This record gives sequence, structure tokens and C-alpha cells, in this order.
Amino acid sequence: MSKILKKEVLSPDVKLFVVEAKEIAKKAEPGQFIILMVSEEGERIPLTIADFSRDDGTLTLVVQEVGVTTKKMGKLEEGDDIPYIVGPLGKPSDVVKRGLIVCIGGGIGIAPIYPIARKLKELGNEVISIIGARTKDILFWEEKMGEVSSELIVTTDDGSYGKKGFVTQVLQGIIDSGREISEVMAIGPVPMMKAVSDLTKTYGIKTVVSLNPIMVDGTGMCGGCRVDVDGEKKFCCVDGPEFDAHYVDFEGLIQRQQAYKEEEQQG
Amino acid sequence: MEIKKTQQDMPRQKPEERKKNFNEVALGYTEDMALSEAARCIQCKKPLCVDGCPVEIDIPGFIQLIKDKDYMGAALKIKEKNCLPAVCGRVCPQEDQCELKCVLGIKGESVSIGRLERFAADFEIEQTKGTPFKRHAISSGAKKIAIVGSGPSGLTVAAELAHLDYKVTIFEAFHKAGGVLVYGIPEFRLPKSIVEREVEYVKSLGVELKTNWIIGKIKTIDDLLDNGFAAVYVCTGAGLPYFMEIPGENSIGVYSANEFLTRSNLMKAYKFPEYDTPIKHGKKIAVIGGGNVAMDASRTALRLGADNVYLIYRRSMEEMPAREEEIENAQEEGIDFRLLTNPIEILADEKGKVRGIKCIKMELGEPDDSGRRRPVPIDGSEFEVEVDTVIMSIGNGANPLISSTTPDLDTNKWGNIITKDESGQTSKKGVFAGGDIVTGGATVILAMGAGKKAAEAIDKYLSCE
Repeated sequence: MSKILKKEVLSPDVKLFVVEAKEIAKKAEPGQFIILMVSEEGERIPLTIADFSRDDGTLTLVVQEVGVTTKKMGKLEEGDDIPYIVGPLGKPSDVVKRGLIVCIGGGIGIAPIYPIARKLKELGNEVISIIGARTKDILFWEEKMGEVSSELIVTTDDGSYGKKGFVTQVLQGIIDSGREISEVMAIGPVPMMKAVSDLTKTYGIKTVVSLNPIMVDGTGMCGGCRVDVDGEKKFCCVDGPEFDAHYVDFEGLIQRQQAYKEEEQQG
Repeated sequence: MEIKKTQQDMPRQKPEERKKNFNEVALGYTEDMALSEAARCIQCKKPLCVDGCPVEIDIPGFIQLIKDKDYMGAALKIKEKNCLPAVCGRVCPQEDQCELKCVLGIKGESVSIGRLERFAADFEIEQTKGTPFKRHAISSGAKKIAIVGSGPSGLTVAAELAHLDYKVTIFEAFHKAGGVLVYGIPEFRLPKSIVEREVEYVKSLGVELKTNWIIGKIKTIDDLLDNGFAAVYVCTGAGLPYFMEIPGENSIGVYSANEFLTRSNLMKAYKFPEYDTPIKHGKKIAVIGGGNVAMDASRTALRLGADNVYLIYRRSMEEMPAREEEIENAQEEGIDFRLLTNPIEILADEKGKVRGIKCIKMELGEPDDSGRRRPVPIDGSEFEVEVDTVIMSIGNGANPLISSTTPDLDTNKWGNIITKDESGQTSKKGVFAGGDIVTGGATVILAMGAGKKAAEAIDKYLSCE
């Protein structure tokens, strides 16, 4: 059981929760996720850890209301309990000093990219961050991202804030400027990660993405989160969630995410 | 008195009825039936049946108590050796164990030990329903032992060690205790209320249960040993499900049996939308495999409303590893067995949804390493079957979470933990292991047997320390 200590509405359908989870916070590392249930009858859903504090024994989770469980979670308030939370799951991000690293967060992906960018900066990397959203109202954490980046570029698809366009256009600009990028780290909607990957592949820039497929147990037991990476079946929960983007079968991933669309409407 | 040559039948729900509900199929003996079956036991001086039981239940002892109509006594007699009698009475393959050794089996049918075990265990549950178990206290200075996993092996080792006055903590990764008993075996074969009751019993012995604790992540084995646990027993069960590595396996509607059963059993997807977890209610289902899990998956699919369930198995009926009773149940319910058939491709529509499965006919060749005749594809015999769901039930590999964070814990090439002998002692001091993580996919009772032996070994280890 984890108490919600703080709730913040980041945009109409994106909520931030700081929850008490002492033991998980002790071990959590950037890139890892948790699985939670909002009730006895609930689903198990994976959420990437957006931040953690070992001192306070807390985890920060950012939730976009897209399905049954995330909508139920959006209704929870400070002081409420999340009955079941388990983690930290997945492998931590492979963060070391490499040089210039571009961190890209799209939409809800801004949350999980944050602790990774922070860690990369701490390790002495030059971190250029690009964060993007469909429109200004759903953009969050600009200031926080600014603090952990040497440079921050904000984009919106509709041009309501920052640069108009996609994160890939900004990335293209950085590549064109001739600066040597050691690695790109991208988290966001699958089509965005695919677009980033397609771009960097042509330039041979190593790119890592964090995948968030449908999962049940999160411990390697069900195989629901499988994705082909370099022609091999990988389980995101134990082999990932981060993979070398240039080997990920994004098409397959996009398809599998649609598996329960009909049921989602029924629920 | 003449001894009846055949076993007393146990009433079951009619196939036509039961295939539409998730209620238990086998209904258990009435008192008269139990007495009539118990009367068949000749109370051998040297009971061979006990040798056949991995946890060495005093079988003639408890059957005699049934004859004496002391049903509660019978249940307690079983519990001296087995903390999960209502589970074992239902899911043990008695025909390959105690009942195989029964002398009556030479000239007729063995005593139906399993059904009698179930009768006694159910009697106790019925009598004590609603009353909480009396809590046992463990001595304050008792040594602490950590058990990783709350499946049959973990529950057994916990109960045994609590009896010996150790302070036992079970760590379970899921939100519910029971391991395969709750996520794997369906309600219609093992009601979850029974598992819950048995878990409560183990807790009442003084065992602490921590759910949502994933060892290997939130704490490593070394963390446990460094933080006051004198010994650790690893029984994490089945791991990563195997797929066939054929084209189309990532299509929508392809499940591992683990996922399909976990959704339905643990997450109660069969009660969707009352429960939030969805599951595909396919109309034409192919289940690949021939083990007990394949039977469970087929019969679950049927109950979720499938019109046709094909069980596709590459060998013949003779080699099928599932229990005879389960095969029979599946056939009665109308599962369509397609034997000597092997899938070679899963076909999907333009949206990536399963639309069929391409198979090839097989014939049996020379015996392979397992001693069973090796199935060989027949050239040119490919054919397609129209299905909308495929469930892969071809076994599991080992879970890597413990081994990857415990470098000095030796594993074999499949990732299973290596133990020195039956004691369960691993390469790491103070760490023991048992159940499927050691043996690969086996049975509930073998995992319990391993737990029992490990408990003795752990006690011995801690006594000489």
C-alpha cells in the first residue's frame, strides 16, 4: 500500500503523483518502472518512474489518462492509497559519461526522460534536451528539464509554444550543425521514437529508446510485452525497457499496442 | 469381505454444463462414497503408497481415520506432512505416485487416495469455515529465514520451518500468494477460495507473508543475507515462456499460456468488465502443446465462449504429458485434438490480428533423448486452419531476476539454479532452492517434496552453524 503524498495536475489529462514507497525508492534507478493496481479488481499497469527520492522514500509518477486504470488513477487524491505497487522493475538506463547526449521527451515521455537527463548531466555529459508536445497546454516540466540540460529546446506540433514542428526537426538541426552527438536517448509515443530512430540511423548515431508495451506481471512470466529486437524476441520487462532503437521492430510494437482497443471502449 | 475391484466414482459436473461455467468440475465424494472407498484400503503393514508420495503422508493412517468416521482427525493426520491437502487432493498426479504403488492396483484399481485426501481436507475446511485459524507464535529469538516465492514449494518450506520454530518471511512478487496455484491452475480445477484458505493456514503457523516484493530487484539475495536472514530458499517457479520462433508469433491474439491463464485466473479477466483486465474471447482457438497447462488453457478458452478449440500437438496421444484425467475432461468438453500436427506459421490480417495457423502433419520416427519417438514432418502435408487466437503452451525457461543479481549462484545452461543434491543447497552459502526454478516445469507435489527436503536441510544447516 502506498499513500499519495502529492498530486499535481500537469495538464487536463496528465497528473503527477508523489507516492510513498520507501523500499522501492531505495533501489530505484533512472529508466526503471513500477507496476501498480488501483483496486482489488484492477489491472496491473506499468508506469515509468519519473523521479524518486531516497531521502523522502518517495516515487514520482506521471500518468496520462488513456485507459480504464489511468482514468481511475486520475481520480485519486492526496491522502488516498494505491493498494498495490511493485518494483523497481526493468533494467536501469545505461548511463555513463559519453560526451554530447541528446535527450528527447515527447508528450508523457518527458517524465521518464527527466531522471535520465539529470543522471547524464551529473556524470559530466553535455546534455541537450528536446521536449515536445502536441500543443502548449499539455506541455510540462519545461523548467525542471532546463535545470538538468545544458541546452533545452521546446517544440509544439501546432506552434502554440516554442518551435513549431516535431522533435525530429530540431534533432535534424543539431545534426546539421555538425556537432558530434555521442548518443540520442528518446522516450515518447512509439511513432515519435520510430521517427527519431529512422533519422539517426541514416547518420549512424547510437539511439536508445524506452518501450512501454502492454504488460501483465512485469517479471518475465507472461511474455505479453515481447518485441522483436534484431530479429530476436525480447521481453521489455526483464530485457528492457530500453533497447537500441535501430534494431527495434517498431511496426510490430505499434500493432501490438492496439490489441485491446475494443475492450478498452467496453471497459 | 470381498474388496471392490474398482474405485468409487467421483461426481462431476456434466460436460455440457461445465464447459459454460468456471465452477469446479469435480464435485468431491459424499460421506457414503468416502466410506465406501476407504473400506477398500487393506491397511498394508508396509504401505508402498507412502513411498510413492513425495511428502510421505501417512496414507493408511488417514484412511483408517476416515473408516473410523474421524474426518477431522484424517485431515490433521495429512497435515502432519502436507500443509496443502485440499490442493494436493485436487491437482496431484496420484496415478503416477501413491496410487501407482497401491497393491490393489495389481489386480484391479488402486484405492483412490487423492479423492479421499480431498474429502478429508474439504471436510476440515467446511467445519472450520468462518473461524480464523489459531495463530501460533514463534519464539522471539528464533532465526529468520527468507522464502522467495509463495507457490507450493515456498508454502511447504515455510510451514515446515515454522513448525520447527523459525521466523519465516515469504516474499511474493505478485499481489496474491499461491504462485501457480493462483495464476496458473484455473478456478474450475482448483477454486481460489481453497488456495486462500490453505495460505491462511500457513500464515497461522507464524509465517509472515509480504506480497508485491520482487526479490532480485527491491532486495537482492545478498541484501537478505546481510539483513538478518540466516538462510534463503529460492522457489521462484516458472519463468519466461517459450515461443516456437515461427513467423507471425507477435500477431495480436497470440498468447503464451502463462499470459492467457494469468489474465483469466489471477486477474479474473473472465469476469471482465467487473474486473478491469481484458482478455480476447476468441471463437476459434488453437492451443499448442500437450501438457496439463495446454489442457487448462484449452478448457479456459472454451469457457470464455469459444466455438472451437483445437489442441495442436506434434506427437501422438501416447506421448502426451498431460494427466489422463485432464485429457479425458478436455475431450468430454469437446476440445478438438489435432495430434501429430505442428504449426509452422501464424497468419495475420492486415491489422496484425490472427486469422489462421499453418500446420504440417508429423509422423513418429526414432526415439529421441526423452525416450519418446521423435516427430518428423511429412513433406508436402501443410494445411491451414482458420483461428482467431493462438495460445502457446510449450513450456518455460528460467526467470533471470534472481540469478542476474546473485553472481555467485550457479545456474545451468538453461538458467535453472544448480543444487548440490536433494537438500536444495546451492553454490552459495545459506542459499537453498527448489521447485521449477531448479527442475524446470514439473508438478505441484514435486515442488512441495523439494520444499520438504530443503526444510530439513535448512534446519540442519542452521543447527550446526
